[in-house]
Amino acid sequence: MPAKATGAGVDSSPATIDVPRPRRSVIPGGTLYRGNEGMWSWVLHRITGVAIYFFLLVHILDTALVRVSPEAYNVVIGAYKTPIMGLGELALVGAIGFHALNGLRIILVDFWGVGTRHQKTMFYVVLGVWLVLMIGFTPRHLMHVFGG
Amino acid sequence: MTTTDVTIDSPRSPHARTRRGINLEKWGWLYMRISGVFLVALIFGHLLVNLVLGEGVSQIDFGFVAGKLADPFWQWYDFFLLWLALIHGANGMRTIINDYVAKPQVRRILHGALLASTGVLLALGTLVIFTFDPCPAGADPALIASFCGDL
Repeated sequence: MPAKATGAGVDSSPATIDVPRPRRSVIPGGTLYRGNEGMWSWVLHRITGVAIYFFLLVHILDTALVRVSPEAYNVVIGAYKTPIMGLGELALVGAIGFHALNGLRIILVDFWGVGTRHQKTMFYVVLGVWLVLMIGFTPRHLMHVFGG
Repeated sequence: MTTTDVTIDSPRSPHARTRRGINLEKWGWLYMRISGVFLVALIFGHLLVNLVLGEGVSQIDFGFVAGKLADPFWQWYDFFLLWLALIHGANGMRTIINDYVAKPQVRRILHGALLASTGVLLALGTLVIFTFDPCPAGADPALIASFCGDL
């Protein structure tokens, strides 16, 4: 006959224990991953990675046209020189720049002894260096595309 | 009456490695970081030469690419760029498939498609880099590299 699990078998009525409500300051909101720099760097790394991957597939195929004929290659590469594609290249270089810099940040988080402690600072360094590179690249590229 | 021997590990027995052989996930993880460092340098140079220096994107045509690929330095540069980048990208896509595709059957199909497309593009790209003729016979002289006339 199965026995009922009733504590020590002395008193079967449920015991009520007063548990103090956690104080607001005790809840470790600051260590939550979600919504902070760590999450957004991950989201951006993933989105830029997928975008770069699909460009890479197309880019290998368009470059392979040099093996077909000079005319075929020139026609397809001509599409890269239109204004809309020129802006697309700007977005692509921006995505590559972020993925590269944030990738170096990930390596430092993984291999540098105090990398994890400085991951937030490094995220803002990534954004800062990215901004400097893009400020340098953007006018130069737009001049090439729009013939300034 | 028969007795069966049942061996029960002591609760304090040390952790035993159950899987033997190569830990592919670990090497994949390490590959992303090592190839990543090389790719930062290689792609920075690629973008500098093709989009920043000279006339940028407007200079790129058959003659420009032929001029680069006629040089073994750029052949090997593009070779490492192709292999490191495509395997890095494919391994990233593998991670994403594992994250978002729950059905084993769909996952198998996507992994297969990823592996096949990666293999085809690696073969195609490598073939193009090393069998490329910068001065194809019978080509319009206006479209090919300037050094072709000297040959």
